[in-house]
Amino acid sequence: MSETRGLTLAEKVWNDHLVVKGEDGAPDLLYIDLHLVHEVTSPQAFDGLRQAGRPVRRPDLTIATEDHNTPTLGINRPIADLTSRTQIDTLRNNAKEFGVRLHSLGDVEQGIVHVVGPQLGLTMPGITVVCGDSHTSTHGAFGAMAFGIGTSEVEHVLATQTLPLKAFKTMAITVEGTLRPGVTAKDIILAVIAKIGTGGGQGYVLEYRGSAIRSLSMEGRMTVCNMSIEAGARAGMVAPDQITYDYLEGRPHAPAGADWHEAVAYWDTLQTDDDAVFDAEVFLDADALEPFVTWGTNPGQGVSLSENVPDPSTIIDANDRANAERALEYMALTANTPMKEIAVDAVFMGSCTNSRIEDLRAFASVIKGQKKADNVRVMVVPGSARVRIEAEAEGIDRIVEEFGAEWRFAGCSMCLGMNPDQLAPGERCASTSNRNFEGRQGKGGRTHLVSPLVAAATAIRGTLSSPWDLEQAPEPDTTDGPATTDGPATTDGPATTDGPATTDELATTAPKAV
Amino acid sequence: MEAVSVITGIAAPLKRSNVDTDQIIPAVFLKRVTKTGFEDALFSGWRQDPEFVLNQPAFAGAKVLVAGPDFGTGSSREHAVWALRDFGFAAVLSSRFGDIFRGNSGKQGLLAAQLAEADIESIWAAIDAEPGREITVDLLSKTVSVGSLTVPFDIDDYTRWRLLEGLDDIGLTLRSEAEITDFESRRQGWRPKTLPVK
Repeated sequence: MSETRGLTLAEKVWNDHLVVKGEDGAPDLLYIDLHLVHEVTSPQAFDGLRQAGRPVRRPDLTIATEDHNTPTLGINRPIADLTSRTQIDTLRNNAKEFGVRLHSLGDVEQGIVHVVGPQLGLTMPGITVVCGDSHTSTHGAFGAMAFGIGTSEVEHVLATQTLPLKAFKTMAITVEGTLRPGVTAKDIILAVIAKIGTGGGQGYVLEYRGSAIRSLSMEGRMTVCNMSIEAGARAGMVAPDQITYDYLEGRPHAPAGADWHEAVAYWDTLQTDDDAVFDAEVFLDADALEPFVTWGTNPGQGVSLSENVPDPSTIIDANDRANAERALEYMALTANTPMKEIAVDAVFMGSCTNSRIEDLRAFASVIKGQKKADNVRVMVVPGSARVRIEAEAEGIDRIVEEFGAEWRFAGCSMCLGMNPDQLAPGERCASTSNRNFEGRQGKGGRTHLVSPLVAAATAIRGTLSSPWDLEQAPEPDTTDGPATTDGPATTDGPATTDGPATTDELATTAPKAV
Repeated sequence: MEAVSVITGIAAPLKRSNVDTDQIIPAVFLKRVTKTGFEDALFSGWRQDPEFVLNQPAFAGAKVLVAGPDFGTGSSREHAVWALRDFGFAAVLSSRFGDIFRGNSGKQGLLAAQLAEADIESIWAAIDAEPGREITVDLLSKTVSVGSLTVPFDIDDYTRWRLLEGLDDIGLTLRSEAEITDFESRRQGWRPKTLPVK
């Protein structure tokens, strides 16, 4: 870092958390403002504290919730799976023993850890946030430095409220232009990952910039930052602005009174300086973006929905080619098949990527008044108990149930299938989650990553589709604009409920395993 | 943590790229609350396949995994490192690692050595020529040797030092107790607090 040039957002936040500057190759010691804890990656960390006789240094900067293992049905009954129940009980006992605030299943603040933090106003600009979960990058949407850590690091933060960290490089991801209706934050990030690859961000903190990012809502920005890890980056950030402040102000733990004014004055200084230099830069044209979908078994293997399954024989790099061949075999797809001809068995609407109220509104805006395709099971899982309550107040639960979909309780659910919400072997799913790895949603399950709007249109047609494919396509309530609170946009002219929009598309509907 | 310096043992080639931590250990195994006993879970999605490299008799008892690029991407689960360690691996070689996985490895005494992709392929060729042969990963000289082939690897100096010394991170950090307390005394009032509950 040179003395003469300005600083990036990431460098400013880093510098303001330096407890000890590392010398002779040692890492810097950074202070951690907020530590989020859940049941899966914490038991061994608390055990370590117990063995060493150490307390949690700052219970007042620590908060826990139950999300990965929790059932999304029958939440008042004891958890059926004994190992899951033990893990939840272990968290409850640890929280009690160490004085950590915990929101348990059934609590109004329970939910996916990355939905709960922002919802409570604990996530804010200019802070450091860690959690034993790689999707902690979500919180970077506020201009926080937020990243996932392993269990040894969880123990380290519990014990010391700091982390030794090596300096990172910075990458600007600039997205200029205006998204077309039907194209959302999810499509931006899937396109970014397809462009730079699953290793492209390794060693970097990403900063998302440009007019298309600036016009995203906070929830859209969270979707983008959430999947930074899928590009290999531990953290992704967006500089705070009025949209950030408007979202945050008045939330339970947001600063208030004089603290609010002091905070905003500081947050306004966090913008990347004009003369700052990024170590790498990537550009994306928002105008040209279409709904995006993955075809393979890593999140970088994606194309526009209007394209075909790629042909591995055209891939020059031998490793990438072998990887693509393996992926197509696992996904039971044939090269050059139009993506829109791929039929699904399931649609999953949820996960820390897309389970907030705007996501649910977007999904509901497309399915309202429709019936789901036969033979497709559709599960809608709100990100938190509070999101569920908010959605029910807007009538989204009724829209979902009249559509023929399941309305569930909050949790990570089928994103990773630690609870009973799993795909059966060979089942194909359009999923608003973040990982299409082999077996991620259940052993032998096949995942296509999509936006909430694509998930909704796919649930209607039974084949991978976007609202553009629906007859009299409604103007979708996209997640990148201010969301309406009075329900979905389509009050007249719903698309037909019994089939795809055009006869030629109907004629080419393919069997689900090609 | 036990100190690590020179590792000699059978090397198993894992000729796949993008082996994410969901492949190393699927989520269903993350429900356990212990830190050991994950050897059965390692690569469980692939272990039923008799052709899978770790099922081949020549690689029984392997201590070094020679993997394709982008090993350990995805989820932060440290269970991936525990499963490799419990299975018997002491080192993993790859041309590129997931950042969180590499960090987790260093904290658990698993040596994650980064090699040039061409050198990984040379090592694969040497193993193919004589499956089950031993390999030496030397943290002192930062080299990997198999037969007459010796190639360098990268690891950051700090992680190397900690591995060589077998040092515990928390103990090291607590040497800076005064600096941490001083930092806390300067922490602004607007910064988040989870307690009291509002």
